[in-house]
Amino acid sequence: MSRVFTHEEVVAQLWSGMTLGIGGWGSRRKPMSLVQAILDSDLQDLTVVSYGGPDVGMLCAAGKIRKLVFGFVSLDSIPLEPNFRKARQSGALEVVELDEGMFLQGLRAAAWKLPFLPTRVGIGSDVMRTNPEIKTISDPYGGPDLVAMPALSLDAAIVHMNRADSHGNAQYLGPDPYMDDWFCMAADKAYVSCEKLGLEDTCSHRFLLNASMVKGVVEAPGGAGFTECVPDYPRDEAAQKAYAKGAK
Amino acid sequence: MSSIGDYCAVACAELFRGDGAIMASPMGPIPKLGAQLAKATFEPDLILTDGVATIVDLEGRKIGWMPYQRVFDMVWSGKRHVLMGASQIDRGGNQNISCIGDYDRPKVMLLGARGAPGNTACHPTSYFIGRHSRRIFVPSVDMISGIGVDNGAFEIRAVVTNLGVFDFVSGAMGIRSLHPGVELADVVEQTGFELHIPEEIRRTRAPTTAESEWLERLDPDARIRGSVQ
Repeated sequence: MSRVFTHEEVVAQLWSGMTLGIGGWGSRRKPMSLVQAILDSDLQDLTVVSYGGPDVGMLCAAGKIRKLVFGFVSLDSIPLEPNFRKARQSGALEVVELDEGMFLQGLRAAAWKLPFLPTRVGIGSDVMRTNPEIKTISDPYGGPDLVAMPALSLDAAIVHMNRADSHGNAQYLGPDPYMDDWFCMAADKAYVSCEKLGLEDTCSHRFLLNASMVKGVVEAPGGAGFTECVPDYPRDEAAQKAYAKGAK
Repeated sequence: MSSIGDYCAVACAELFRGDGAIMASPMGPIPKLGAQLAKATFEPDLILTDGVATIVDLEGRKIGWMPYQRVFDMVWSGKRHVLMGASQIDRGGNQNISCIGDYDRPKVMLLGARGAPGNTACHPTSYFIGRHSRRIFVPSVDMISGIGVDNGAFEIRAVVTNLGVFDFVSGAMGIRSLHPGVELADVVEQTGFELHIPEEIRRTRAPTTAESEWLERLDPDARIRGSVQ
């Protein structure tokens, strides 16, 4: 069965108040055309879970985010994301600020249907003070206490890949898969935008997503917007600069 | 005649002495220069990346893969030494890169905690501060991103600044060495908490001839070293 949708058909399967994971990392391989479709919709009160870049900044600026789960928000070549900063400094944004690795363990716990995963990461830091809902557990084998990182279960996830087919198999062709596989596995339903429909005949490890992880596919050439999507295109630094300037 | 930038680069290189085949993650130009110098001279097995997802040798040849998921494996297994920056550091070596001011409504939002809690909990961490001042070295940080020695850090090896090298062997930040020409009174004046001061103040060592040659190769027009005053 074909799972190819339009941007609008994907957005129609999302709802206000939901928890939405967004793949990519900083200003790299972000599903910006799907983010734009959300910006153009009536969706609101989102809980967004992201290794944040301009996706978070734009959704903040549009007032779409009620709560943000993040480890950082950055445009990489421009270290600080201006719209995110504005939202945060206004005091209006509810946040769950995590260590980047705790964040990954949260996605893995959700993917593996576990309530939490133990980690020593976070202990002693203000990530634990500012998120009192995150508990520690004692080691049943007698070691020191550990953080019980709760599952970051997602109602839906959106990611952008270089290639995909109509069944939901998808490839990244750049150097780093980021956490896109975990975002998809942590979500009830995941939607993949891709530069081009049709898979490349390339080494097997590039086939990051399989049909079991993906609910829908959207063909979106240029779908990463000005963020980096190598080898299809580098980051459009001029466009990113213009975006950052416009936010000030 | 060596510059302060030369001393900082050598001091950053010295942080990695004895590390062997672990991932060195220097953040910023001077830390990167220091890590490359260490690899070129006394720590040839250090693992360095191109800053993206590829392990490279000193000539820039690809020799391995280091995507973010693998970086976390390195962090949690302890086989890494990070040399980070900081917006604030306190006496115990707690570090802040998240935000300045009240947490619920920060005066200045910065990056977020990033990987600092995990780095400091799992493997050796060092810091480089290009401009030693009371704005950075504060009595207490506004948000503990990286944990210090008083909060269970794995190891805060040292802090290199434009004034000297500082460590935590006394249980709180103290002077290991001052760069040549730096007065103790200036360091005390520019630090917002009480520093542990040893009886005898040592001086940061100068680059060897071989190190100077490498610094010229790695930073030909001294653009990186010239960034520190």
